[in-house]
Amino acid sequence: MFFTSLFNALPGAVTQGIIWGIMAIGVYITFRILDVADLTVDGSLATGGAVCVMLMRSGVNPWVALLCSLGAGMLAGLVTGLFHTQCGIPAILSGILTQLALYSINLRIMDSKANQPIGVDKYDLLVSQRYVRELNLDNPLPLMLVITVAVIFLLYWFFGTELGCSLRATGANQHMARAQGINTKFNIVLGLMLSNGLVAVSGALLAQYQGSVDINMGRGAIVIGLAAVIIGEVLFGKIFRNFALSLLAVSIGAIIYYIVLQIVLQLGLNTNDLKLLTALIVALFLALPYWQGEVMRKLKRNPATVKGGKENA
Amino acid sequence: MLELKNISKTFNPNTINAKTALDNLSLTLNDGDFVTVIGGNGAGKSTMLNAISGTFYVDSGSILIDGQDVTKLPEYKRASYLGRVFQDPMMGTAPNMQIDENLAIAARRGASRGLKWGISKAEKKQYRKLLEHLELGLEDRMSSKVGLLSGGQRQALTLLMATLKKPKLLLLDEHTAALDPGTAMKVLKISDQIIQENHLTTLMITHNMKDAIAHGNRLIMMDEGHIVLDISGEEKKALTVSDLLAKFSAASGKEEASDKLLLS
Repeated sequence: MFFTSLFNALPGAVTQGIIWGIMAIGVYITFRILDVADLTVDGSLATGGAVCVMLMRSGVNPWVALLCSLGAGMLAGLVTGLFHTQCGIPAILSGILTQLALYSINLRIMDSKANQPIGVDKYDLLVSQRYVRELNLDNPLPLMLVITVAVIFLLYWFFGTELGCSLRATGANQHMARAQGINTKFNIVLGLMLSNGLVAVSGALLAQYQGSVDINMGRGAIVIGLAAVIIGEVLFGKIFRNFALSLLAVSIGAIIYYIVLQIVLQLGLNTNDLKLLTALIVALFLALPYWQGEVMRKLKRNPATVKGGKENA
Repeated sequence: MLELKNISKTFNPNTINAKTALDNLSLTLNDGDFVTVIGGNGAGKSTMLNAISGTFYVDSGSILIDGQDVTKLPEYKRASYLGRVFQDPMMGTAPNMQIDENLAIAARRGASRGLKWGISKAEKKQYRKLLEHLELGLEDRMSSKVGLLSGGQRQALTLLMATLKKPKLLLLDEHTAALDPGTAMKVLKISDQIIQENHLTTLMITHNMKDAIAHGNRLIMMDEGHIVLDISGEEKKALTVSDLLAKFSAASGKEEASDKLLLS
């Protein structure tokens, strides 16, 4: 019984994971490459969904609507980037400010309603939950795979270019970057725009998949993105050295996150406790490398402990 | 090549912590000058180098590199004139990028970075040769992350990065101070070699008076934000450490000068 219902829920979990995976790749760009924790994403995810749904409801082609979501997300990243680099506001606070501002902006985009539906019967959706178990081209999975591969390929190319390399250097060491003539402020803004553009695209696809956009759909998105990044690194960090593969690992991380989520839900976890659980798991995985370092330092400082430990073992 | 005209800088002005780090300092370097800079802690040596590289803007005075006024240029724009190596071996490289990627970034200093591929095959060959020249075995580890290198290897790499694209002025800020004596000697030897081969105008801060005497064609000593001693040519060649200490006492009018210099 448990396995049948899990099996039935699996295609939905995987598809949702892939869609969130694009968002997680956006988080990877800021968190891992740029070394900035960007909280704008909680707002820009819903912005992407809102722009896409409202445009499609007024008859715009779904691909054009998706591109507009990309642009809206990049604009959100631009605002955070300018707060940070031109106004001297710490990166985290800049993200929080934009995120808060986006709540009002998203409501305006959504015609002052907290929720706007986009029915699969009335509109030509790119991806929809309804067909998730069907074995034909309406199934959202193949298209999501294509989009994910395209995103990974484009980012692999971009971060290999001169500009992309300078962006990586900016995240790795700003002193070195500036000494080598790199405009670090410009690069930070560019990275934030790229990241939030992807997050908004993910939001646009998510809204279509769910059949509606909700003003709260982005709440806690950053934590889900981080969870995907960390799961990907823990599971594949040792084998996937190549940059494209590390992006793939993030996407797979998001899928695993949604499968695990499905399992704990089926085991009877209260849906209300989900965010608590996610936050704790992410906190634990973020803490692990720190604890590891602390233990190593103590062992180094006191070699007797190491010896004793070995003897005891 | 470099002209500092009456530059001054006060940190935390109008507070109880106000500190005049540069006090109406003027200095002119000729093309090909290799100048060693000594002075006690807080004399303003690093502050002078940071003023030149644009880490901060000076309060007054002007800075000219190769005839260009750079006083108001931001740090990243001045970089096209400058090669820099820092005291902290962590500061000059991107640790999570490969050795060849770091070099490729340095090769594009001062050029606009577009959507061309970040490193070419011809470049890799060139880097291999340059790394062989360092004799540190780095040529076989070009795709290793720089974070895996030792402090000395990183400083040598940073030196190579600073000079890969010939700078108008090379700034070495106690770049061997964090290394063990053997490694420090090796890195200094490499520095000498690169400076001579490329005929580079150089400012090198050192806390080691012997090094300051043994290297370069000119020596300046700083105290309280200005230059108190400027020795070059034959006079410098004949210099000894005790000479220097005596000259410093005379120039700054301080009895305790020798202790202050030797201890720092």
